[in-house]
Amino acid sequence: MPNTHPCKLVVIIAEEALEGPLEKDVMTLGAHGYTVSDVRGHGSHGDRQGIWDADRSIRMEILCDAATALAITTHVEEKYFRHYAMVAYVADVGVLRPQKFVR
Amino acid sequence: MDAIPLFFLLGFAARLARSDLKLPGQLYEALSIYLLLAIGLKGGMELAKQDPLQVAPQALAVLALGALIPLVAFPILHKLGRLDRYNAAAIAGHYGSVSVVTFAVGVDYLTARSIPYEAYLPLFLVLLEMPGIAVGILLARLGGDLRSVRWGPLLHEIFLGKSMVLLAGGLLIGWVAGPKGLVPLEPFFFTLFKGVLCLFLLEMGLVAAGQAGALRTSGAFLVGFAVAMPVVAAVIGSVVGLAIGLSAGGTLLLATLAASASYIAAPAAMRIAVPEANPGLSITAALVITFPFNILLGIPLYERIVSFVHGS
Repeated sequence: MPNTHPCKLVVIIAEEALEGPLEKDVMTLGAHGYTVSDVRGHGSHGDRQGIWDADRSIRMEILCDAATALAITTHVEEKYFRHYAMVAYVADVGVLRPQKFVR
Repeated sequence: MDAIPLFFLLGFAARLARSDLKLPGQLYEALSIYLLLAIGLKGGMELAKQDPLQVAPQALAVLALGALIPLVAFPILHKLGRLDRYNAAAIAGHYGSVSVVTFAVGVDYLTARSIPYEAYLPLFLVLLEMPGIAVGILLARLGGDLRSVRWGPLLHEIFLGKSMVLLAGGLLIGWVAGPKGLVPLEPFFFTLFKGVLCLFLLEMGLVAAGQAGALRTSGAFLVGFAVAMPVVAAVIGSVVGLAIGLSAGGTLLLATLAASASYIAAPAAMRIAVPEANPGLSITAALVITFPFNILLGIPLYERIVSFVHGS
């Protein structure tokens, strides 16, 4: 019998310029918290090496319920996908202490 | 030949040759904090010796200069270069704002040649960071819906962006503490300055070469603009410098500031305010072309322009 509870993991990889706006957006949309880390990589926008300001990318992870995950992904799709280098995906995960993440 | 620009060339060449040389991102961050604070402190220290009544009208003229440059650049980019309004305005904003490292290389150029200058010029560096970006954003939004601009976060980005806080904060600390108060900080902030600048330029060479691939797609017009615009701006800067009574050295620094283009503060602000603009175009122009042009060829050229304008 697993000791974990089903939860959604939303992952957003985006330009560092969006860190501030994204933090506000996800909290407004119902997230209980988030984790941000600096990342680098390669994609359709070319190399993002993360050495200097305009070249940095972040990875934001949000654990939340399905409704919040849908609200967040719909919002970023509408607001940011057109003009920014960004990837977003949702995974089913199992969490401990579900009351920390789910409404 | 000055040694300092050679560090840029070393970084640039190393990256093009696919060397594995890489400075950690945190070091870049630390070096830029050091440079901004050191420049601010030095300027503030000298500002403490000045008569505010003499500096205030000069400061106003410099603010106007910062607003004027994007207004000159925009029609060139929009009409002549046929760039859309967003890209033309974003690039114009980058050229209205300034490059701290170009300023630091300019200071080194004057110091190496024992040319005197008004040492409070970092005040102008602080003042020039902001109006160009604001005018660039207004140009992007004119004809559209100005109400769609979220001015609160934007003004926060412009006035409380890290480069502004460090430069203006350093200036304020230097001004309050004065020359005596800064004596204990001298070995760290002033004596080591040149060495740190060398490391930073090495990093800038690596970064610029990393972005150089974008040259293939940016078009000949943008390359021409990124070389011609600094010269035009330097002429305007020289005339303003002369008009506000700066020495030849001070005028050269102001011309160098006018000629420089921002690649730290402006990209961050434009990315939020004008997301429609392609950041690749402005960064290629400002960092890959204008920045090396200024530190390798531009500053000596501007010295001639200033000599001509000053009639010396």
